[in-house]
Amino acid sequence: MKKMDVVSQKTGQGWVYSKIVKDHFFHPRNLLLAEAKKGEFDAVGEVGSPACGDVMKMWIKVDPQTEKIKKLKWRTFGCGSAIAATSMFSVMVTEKGGMTIKQALKIKPQDIIKRLGGLPDRKIHCSVLADKAFHQTLNNYFRQTGQYQRIITEGSRVIDRRLNITEKDIEAAVLEGAKTIDDVQKILKVGVGDPKAIPQIEELIRFYTEKYYGK
Amino acid sequence: MKRIYLDYAATTPIDPQVVQAMLPFLKQMFGNPSTLYSDGQLVNAAIKQARTRAAKIINSQAEEIIFCGSGTESDNLAILGVARFYRNKGQHVITTNIEHHAVLHTVEHLKKKDFAIDFVPVKSNGIVDPADILRKIKKETTLISVMYVNNEIGTIQPLRAIAKKIKEWKKRNNRSSNEPPFFHTDACQAAGYLDLDVQKLGVDLLTLNGSKIYGPKGMGMLYLKKGIQLEPLMFGGGQERKLRPGTENTAGIIGFATALELVQKKRAKEGQRLKKLRDYFIKELIRRIPKVIINGDPVKRSPNNVNISILDIEGEAVLLHLDKLGIEASSGSACDSENLEPSHVILALGRPYEYAHGSLRFTMGQWTSKKDIDYVLKILPPIVKKLRSISPLDIKPKLYL
Repeated sequence: MKKMDVVSQKTGQGWVYSKIVKDHFFHPRNLLLAEAKKGEFDAVGEVGSPACGDVMKMWIKVDPQTEKIKKLKWRTFGCGSAIAATSMFSVMVTEKGGMTIKQALKIKPQDIIKRLGGLPDRKIHCSVLADKAFHQTLNNYFRQTGQYQRIITEGSRVIDRRLNITEKDIEAAVLEGAKTIDDVQKILKVGVGDPKAIPQIEELIRFYTEKYYGK
Repeated sequence: MKRIYLDYAATTPIDPQVVQAMLPFLKQMFGNPSTLYSDGQLVNAAIKQARTRAAKIINSQAEEIIFCGSGTESDNLAILGVARFYRNKGQHVITTNIEHHAVLHTVEHLKKKDFAIDFVPVKSNGIVDPADILRKIKKETTLISVMYVNNEIGTIQPLRAIAKKIKEWKKRNNRSSNEPPFFHTDACQAAGYLDLDVQKLGVDLLTLNGSKIYGPKGMGMLYLKKGIQLEPLMFGGGQERKLRPGTENTAGIIGFATALELVQKKRAKEGQRLKKLRDYFIKELIRRIPKVIINGDPVKRSPNNVNISILDIEGEAVLLHLDKLGIEASSGSACDSENLEPSHVILALGRPYEYAHGSLRFTMGQWTSKKDIDYVLKILPPIVKKLRSISPLDIKPKLYL
């Protein structure tokens, strides 16, 4: 039987990390260990909050002509999955001379998870942090270089007008494991205010489940 | 590599003497105690004896002992049993906000069934004020449940003082000792180190389990004071006075009674030994690692519990490093929980979320040596240093105990 890496003290349930995940956790690549030197990077971005148990900070250096990401460094307050996922993401973006911004933006959390050899379902949301941090960092880069039209808007459509539940809320809930409307309600800690929103919410649950879990 | 187990509060290895006591009942003494013939009667006698042994330890009568399948089951039987049986007298239950999920979730289930529940908050040291409990008692209260020792932070609740307040309230309101409200305690984490005398404690119901006292898993016990009734959770034959039917787990029962005796016999000595080790451990952790905070009262605390928050880093990441070096512990971080929520106990202390995410629990036991602790003290500071070097945070601690 595979030995569990982490076992919950409350439920006794555990999960097993793949060899690749363990490698990236114990030997993370592309960490920013010293203070960033002046001019070393073009932009910095930070997402998450200590309240959630995850904070991710990222620095990038972009080649102005080719738009290739020459350097990507990061630091995190987070669990094994968050550290491993961001390390793998940083490798994917900077290997082989570096991806262009356009290419890097195409990376989905599933791609990171695939390279990692899989993550337990419960930990999939940890891999999204790298994605979000990267978008934030790029947005700062676009602002600094006056490319306002390229800023990635995570603009959110309001689905339930009564309770102001947005697309982003549902996305976040699915990332935390919601599979049905009941789950979403439990995670968001609200009910459904506008009954007309229910089919839309169900559609979005299906959409995000497909997007992140590929099912 | 030698594994150093420091998660005794999660579960304990079974004592070899307990295994020895159980073996005959896993082999030739297999009879059903309810049968007429001599094989069954021999087993019946052994169970009767085990019941008397357990009763002696907690200073109760043998018929006040109910054996069941786990601490969780005992909690459920106590809480749902009392609440349901006495629902015509009232539908109000009082408990604290740091209880084990076996109590919390059971009480929350009652809430869904239209019971009123008061979760009395503990103070910032993790201990409840008896006056706060008294304040919440009303005519409709049928049950008050307060754990003896908390499983995460090891703080010891003032059961005697609470029992006294309840008794005084009952006197003022003309309630006899056989009338609600009744006082239940989950004592699973206390059995190794504290006095379980139910007369001294003043409790009406008490929960114990085998897996925390070097006994068999799958065994729990409920002390139910004579005169108090329960609505059973299960129905069947007449075992355990019809309160917990089912063919008895004979080996488990014998093993449980043996484990309880063994652990209570050495509790003074073990308690002293571990307390010394615990205080040394805490002192050295604070000395060697900056920005470390103890969670829970440092004195009114189980002798085997060390629970700290290490700021700027996350618990699960620390556990993975510790595991690689042979150390087994646990954390109150969200990532180390089933529902991705941080420890409700650390949060109940009034700490910010970061403190829960960076919390580590080391619980010691019978086979823990100073050498083990020194090893942890040697390898933990470099782990913390490494994780802090990759963390973007620098949290300013707002409070030190």
